[in-house]
Amino acid sequence: MTEPAEEIQAQETPEQDDRPVDLKKIQSILSSNSGARMRSWLDICARCGLCADSCFFYLANDKDPKLSPAYKVKSTVGEMYKRKGRVDRKFLREAYEVLWGQCTMCRRCSMFCPFGIDMAAMIGVGRAVCTSQGILPAGLAKAVENIRETGNQMAVSQEDWLETCEWMAEEYGEEIAGLTIPVDKKGVKYMFTVNPREPAFYPQDVGMMAQILHVAEESWTVPSTGWDSTNLAMFAANKEMAAYPVKLMYDKALELGVEQILVTECGHAYRSAAFEGPYFLGLPGGKPPLPVKHSVQLFWEYIVRDGRIKIDPEKKVTVPVTVQDPCNQSRSAGLSQMLRELSQALCADFRDMNPNREFNHCCGGGGGFIPMGAEFKKRRMISGKIKAEQIKATGAKIIIVPCHNCFDQITDLNKEYELGLKVVSFKELICESMIIPEKFIPKEEDEEPASQPGDDGGEE
Amino acid sequence: MQGLYDFLTGPALWLTFIIFFGGLLARGAFYWGLSLERDKIFWDHFDPVWSWRSIYHWLLPWGGVSFRQQPVFGLAFFLFHLCLLGIPVFLDAHNIMWEEYFGWSLPTLPDPVADWGVLVLLACVAFLFARRLVKPEVRILSTLWDYALLLLTAAPFVTGYLAYHQYGDYLTWLVLHILCSEVLMIIVPFSKLGHLMLFFFTRAFIGSDMGARRDQYGRLGARTW
Repeated sequence: MTEPAEEIQAQETPEQDDRPVDLKKIQSILSSNSGARMRSWLDICARCGLCADSCFFYLANDKDPKLSPAYKVKSTVGEMYKRKGRVDRKFLREAYEVLWGQCTMCRRCSMFCPFGIDMAAMIGVGRAVCTSQGILPAGLAKAVENIRETGNQMAVSQEDWLETCEWMAEEYGEEIAGLTIPVDKKGVKYMFTVNPREPAFYPQDVGMMAQILHVAEESWTVPSTGWDSTNLAMFAANKEMAAYPVKLMYDKALELGVEQILVTECGHAYRSAAFEGPYFLGLPGGKPPLPVKHSVQLFWEYIVRDGRIKIDPEKKVTVPVTVQDPCNQSRSAGLSQMLRELSQALCADFRDMNPNREFNHCCGGGGGFIPMGAEFKKRRMISGKIKAEQIKATGAKIIIVPCHNCFDQITDLNKEYELGLKVVSFKELICESMIIPEKFIPKEEDEEPASQPGDDGGEE
Repeated sequence: MQGLYDFLTGPALWLTFIIFFGGLLARGAFYWGLSLERDKIFWDHFDPVWSWRSIYHWLLPWGGVSFRQQPVFGLAFFLFHLCLLGIPVFLDAHNIMWEEYFGWSLPTLPDPVADWGVLVLLACVAFLFARRLVKPEVRILSTLWDYALLLLTAAPFVTGYLAYHQYGDYLTWLVLHILCSEVLMIIVPFSKLGHLMLFFFTRAFIGSDMGARRDQYGRLGARTW
C-alpha cells in the first residue's frame, strides 16, 4: 500500500532561524491555558515515574527515561511555564522534537497517573506555543494551509469530491441495484462525512459505505461542503484553523436539517467532530449542535443490535482476526465494546490484543504522526514495535483497523516487522459478507445504476 | 527548652493550623474560581458518579492500574499514605491533647499499633527514597526538593518515635517532633503535597472527562483506574 499522506506532505528540513519569538503571544497562550487544571497538574506531579511504563515510546526505545511522559511534559510545557514563557527559538525547536516526535497524545499515560494528570492536554498547550511561532511539522503546516484555502486538509476540490461520489455510485451500483449517493438531501437522518483520503486515494471506501447504507435502506446524504470531518489543525494545535472545518460541517448539517452527523472509519475525525469541535467553536456546554455518530456504532447497530444487515454465515471470516483499538475510538470515545461485538459478528475466530480496549497501546501513527512526513517515519517504525508485538502475539492473519491513521501505520508495520497480515476496514469485511436482499440484486436488464448523485437537490 | 516547647505548642501551633487549613482553603477557593473562568471543560462534563469511581479506586490498595502493574510499589505507596495520615490523627497522645484543647477527641489506635505503624512508614520512606535514586525514570524527574520533602515527611515520625521511647533526652525529641510536624504542615498547602486536596479535583476531572463525557448514546466511558 502506498503512503499518500507522506508523499504529498514531505517534511522540509527546518532552516536555521534566529528571529526573536513573539513573547506576548506565547505568554497569552500559556495564560489562557493556565486554569485550575493546568496549575494543579504542574503543582502536584509527584515525580513518581509511574507513567513511564504506560508509554509505548518509552517501552519501544529501551526504556529511555527521557521518553517517560512526565519527563516529556516537564522538559517542554513545564519549562515554558517555569520560565513564564521567556523561551527562545532554540528551546522551541528542541521542544518541537519532543512535542511532535515523541508523543502521539494518545492519553494512555493519564490512566496510569495516580493523579490522572492529562499529559496529552499539556503537550497540546506546548504544541500551541510552538505553532504560534511557526514551529511545526511541515506536513501539518501544509494541511493547515489546505484547510485555510479549501476547507479540507488535502485540498480536494468540491468538484473532485462530487465526481468521486458520482463515480462510486456508478461503480458500486453495479453490484447493488438502485444504489445512489444522494448529495445535499434535506431532512435525512445522517449526513455522512469522510476523511479526504477517501476521495483522494481510496474512493472505494465511499463506494462500500454507500452499499452498506443502501442495503440498510438508510435515510442519508453526503454534503457538498463540510464533508471533511478530519482535523489535522487540531494536531497542529492551531485552534483557529481547527474550528474552521468543524464549523463548515456543523453549519452544513444544520442547513440540511439532518438528524445526525455520521463520521467515517477514522479516529481523530470522530474526536474532533463529537468532542473537541464544540470547544474550538466555543459552543455552550461543549456539545455539538447535533449528535455525531461513528460508523463503527452504526455498523454495530445494523448488524449486532438491530439485525438490519444480515451476515452470511458461510462468508464469515474463518482465519484468526484481531481488531485495532484506535485511541480516539476506544479510549477517548467509548466504542471498545462495539468494536468487539462487531468483530465477533463478522469473524469466527476473533482474538483480542493485550492490553486492549481503553488500555490499548497507540499504533504509533496518531497525533498527526502519519501526515508529519518522512522525517518522522523512522521513529514511527521504531515506536510501533509495541503494536507489532501485540498483533503478532494474537496469531491473527487479518487485522480490522477502523481508523485511517492506524491503517497507514499498521500497513507500514506489517512490512517493517513482516507480520504477514491483511489490513482491512470494517466496511470492507461487511461488504464481503453481508446478505444482499433479493430486491437489491441487479437483474440482467437493469444493471445500470438507478440514479446519479445530485438527483436529490444537490448543487451539481 | 521549656520556653521553646511552650511557644511551639502555643502560638506556633495555632499559626500552623491557620496556615495549613487556611492555605489549603485559600488555594482551593482560588482554583475553584479560576476553574469557573478557564476550565469550562471541567464543569461541562463533571459527573459525581464517574468522579467518585475515579477517586475511590485510587484510594484502594492496588486499585489503580499502575499499582497492579507494580504491586510492591503499590503496597508501599498505600501503606505509606495510610500510616502518614492515620497515625497522627488517631494517635492516643494527640487525642488526649485535643480533648484538653478543644474538648473533643477521636477514636484512638492502641499504642503498639501506632508504634509498629511508624516503623512500617519509615520502611516505606526508605523504599520510596531508594526507588527514587535507583530507577532511572524516577531519578530523571527528581529534584533535590523531592528527596528533601520525603525526608521532611519522615522527620516527625522519627522524632516522635524517639521521644515516645525516650531514647536520649525526651524533651529535646519532643520539641524537634513538634517543630518538624509544624514545618511539614506549613509546607503542605504550598508544595506538591497540596495533592492532599488537589488529588480529588484532578481525579474528578479525568474520571468525568474520560468516563461520563464518553458514556452516552450507547457508548461506554473509559475506566481511569
